[in-house]
Amino acid sequence: MPLDFAKPTPPSDDKRWKVVQATMRRNGNRHDALIETLHTVQESFGYLDDDALRYVAVALRVPLSRAYGVATFYHFFRLKPAGKHTCVICTGTACYIKGANQILDSIQQAYGVKPGETTADGQVSVLTARCLGACGLAAAVVYDGEVAGKQEAGAVLERLEKWVAP
Amino acid sequence: MTLEELLQRAAEEREKQAAFRHTIRVCVAAGCLSAGSDKVKAALQAEVEARGLKHTCQVKGVGCLGLCSVGPLIAVDDAYCRNVTPEDAGGIIDRLGDRPAERLYLSAEMPFFARQQKIVLENSGRIDPERIEDYIAADGYQALLYALHEMTPAEVIREVTESGLRGRGGAGYPTGLKWSTVAKADGGGQKYVICNADEGDPGAFMDRSVLESDPHRVIEGMAIAGYAVGANRGFIYVRAEYPLAIQRLRAAIRQAERAGLLGNEIGGTTFDFSIAVRLGAGAFVCGEETALMASIEGKRGQPRPRPPYPAESGLYGKPTLINNVETFANIAPIIRKGGAWFAAIGTEKSKGTKVFALAGDVQNTGLVEVPMGLTLRDVVFDIGGGIPNGGRFKAVQTGGPSGGCVPEQYLDMPVDYESLTKLGSIMGSGGMIVMADTACMVDVARYFMEFCMTESCGKCVPCRVGTAQMYGLLTRITKGLATAEDLQLLEDLCDMVRNTSLCGLGQSAPNPVSSTLRYFRDEYLAHIAGRTCPAGKCEMVADPEKEVA
Repeated sequence: MPLDFAKPTPPSDDKRWKVVQATMRRNGNRHDALIETLHTVQESFGYLDDDALRYVAVALRVPLSRAYGVATFYHFFRLKPAGKHTCVICTGTACYIKGANQILDSIQQAYGVKPGETTADGQVSVLTARCLGACGLAAAVVYDGEVAGKQEAGAVLERLEKWVAP
Repeated sequence: MTLEELLQRAAEEREKQAAFRHTIRVCVAAGCLSAGSDKVKAALQAEVEARGLKHTCQVKGVGCLGLCSVGPLIAVDDAYCRNVTPEDAGGIIDRLGDRPAERLYLSAEMPFFARQQKIVLENSGRIDPERIEDYIAADGYQALLYALHEMTPAEVIREVTESGLRGRGGAGYPTGLKWSTVAKADGGGQKYVICNADEGDPGAFMDRSVLESDPHRVIEGMAIAGYAVGANRGFIYVRAEYPLAIQRLRAAIRQAERAGLLGNEIGGTTFDFSIAVRLGAGAFVCGEETALMASIEGKRGQPRPRPPYPAESGLYGKPTLINNVETFANIAPIIRKGGAWFAAIGTEKSKGTKVFALAGDVQNTGLVEVPMGLTLRDVVFDIGGGIPNGGRFKAVQTGGPSGGCVPEQYLDMPVDYESLTKLGSIMGSGGMIVMADTACMVDVARYFMEFCMTESCGKCVPCRVGTAQMYGLLTRITKGLATAEDLQLLEDLCDMVRNTSLCGLGQSAPNPVSSTLRYFRDEYLAHIAGRTCPAGKCEMVADPEKEVA
C-alpha cells in the first residue's frame, strides 16, 4: 500500500490557513514547530478547535494526542471561542495585594462569570493572567489588549457595563 | 562589520546626537505605555516640530526609566517629569534648559535614582531600544567584536569566571563554571545557547524591562556566550504574555543580522551565530531548565530528572548553556571593562549588582538596580520611599512562589544570595513585594500555594498531590476551620514536598508556607485557636461544626 506523505489540506479554504502554513514552512514543518504553529492558529482564529488541532497534527506529523496534550497543557491556548471582548485580570502578587480578587468577585457577582468563562450573550470573556509584569501599575486589567493600571472593582464594572448588551 | 567600522559608526552616531542641545527621553516600556506615554511622545514631537526646534531638541522613545508608579515618566535632559499628559507638552518645551514646572518635577538627586548603581540597566532609559545605532553609540557590540578578534574562548570564560558573576535567575550558580562545563562537553559539533526569558514569578518584571529597553545587550551577551562555549545556535524563550518585548527582540535580531553582528562569519571571523525566538504559552514550570527545553522542542513543558545536566545533554540531547536574561545582560560590560572591575562591586560571595522589581505596598514602585550587599531597609525605605498612606511595614516577599517573607527584624540584612537563603527566602529572579500590616500572612501563603498547585505540571506525585493538600489546609486555616493537628500536618507536608519533588517548582513550593510559619506563627495560631484574622482579611466561617459535616 502506498503511504500518503502528501501535504494535508486545511479544514476549509479560509485564507487564514495560509498564514498557518507559512509558519509551519518557516520552521521546516518539523515536530518542534508545534507550539509556534498553535500560537499562529490562535492568533488567526481566536482559539483552537478540533479541526485545527487535527490538521496541525497531521501537517507536522505528530500524534494527535501530542497536539492535544500540548494545547491543554499550556494555559495560553484556548479551546473554546472567546467573547467579542476580553477582560484579563492580572492576579500577580502585587495585583493580589492591591485587590485583584475583589475585582474578580465583583465581576462574578454582577455577571455570574468565573475566570475563563464568557458572559451568556457572548460579549465579554473574563480571563486571568499570572502576571503581566506591570506590577508598578497594580492592580492591572487588560481590556481588549489594552493595559489599564490602578484599577478597582467599581471602575472595572463600569467599563464592562459598556460592553455587555443590556 | 569589523571593529574599526563599528567604532566609526559609534562615533558618527554620537556626533549626530551631540548636535542636539536638548534631549527629551520618553519612557515607552510597557508600564508607561499603558499610561499613555506614546501620546505624550507624539505631543512633544508635534510641539518641537511646530516651534521649529527640530534641529536643537530631540524627542526619543527610550526604555524603562525605573519609577513606574508615576508614569508616564519622561526625562528632560537631566531632570525627570512625572505623570506627564499630552497637554503638558507646551509647558515642558517652554521651560527647556530651565527647571520643569514644580507639579511635574522630580529631581535626579532623589534617593530612588541616586542610590542605584546601573550595569544591566545602564542603557535602559537612555537609548532608543528600536534603533541599533543608539546601542552602538553606547559602546554596543564592541565586547563581541573584541572577544572574537582578540580573545580565545578560554580567555572569555576566564574573564567571566574572574568576575564572580552568578546566575541571576535565582539559584545563583557560578556563570563561569557553567560556561566552562559546556565548553568542555563534546557535542559532536552541535551545541546550543538558550536565554531563559520565561519570567513566570508573579511580581517580577526585570527581564521584561531589559528586553523592552535594551534588547541588543541580551543578544550580544548570547553571541559572546556562543563563542565561548562553541555553540552557533541560540534560542530565546520568551513568555507570550510580553508582546512588546517579543516585538522589540525580533526587530533587534533582524537589525543585528543586517549589520553582520549575527549570522555567518560575524565581524569577518569564522564564527557563526544565529538566534531564534521561541514563545512560551503560559506555563510557570517552563522556567525550569529541563521543562523549558522540552517546550522549545514543541512538547509539553515537563521537567525530567537531572543528571544528565543540560551542560552535557540538553536541547535535542546536545550540550546546552542556559542562562537568564539578566545574566546575559551582564556579559558585555564584563568583557568590555574586565572581570576584576565587576568583582570589585558587591559582597565577597555575591558580585555585581541585582535588578529588583519593587512592587506592592511601597511608595515608589518600579525597577531598581542596586549593588549586592545593600540592606533590605535601604531598598524598601530609602529607595522605595517606605509604605504609602502612613501604613506599617510587615514583611517583604522575595523570590516569588519559590521564596519567602522577610519580617521587620531582619531588614538590616544585606541583600545577597547567602543572607536571603539563611532567612528562609531566596534571591530569586528579583521580584520584591512589600507588604503592609493590612496583608494577612496566612492568606499570602495560601495565594502562593494556589499558584504552585495550579502550575504544577502533574508529573511527580509529591508536587501534584502535596500542593493541593497544603492548599486545602491553608484554606481551612483562613476560614477558621483548622485544628492544631492540621497545622502539624501542614508542617509535615512542607518537609515531604520539599524533599521528594522532582524539580525546583515542587522543591521550593513550601517556602512561602515555612517562612511565614517561622516568622508569623502567631498569625496562624490566631486563625486556628482564636478564629480571628489579625489583619482582618480572612472571613471566618460562622458555624464550624456545620461546615465540617
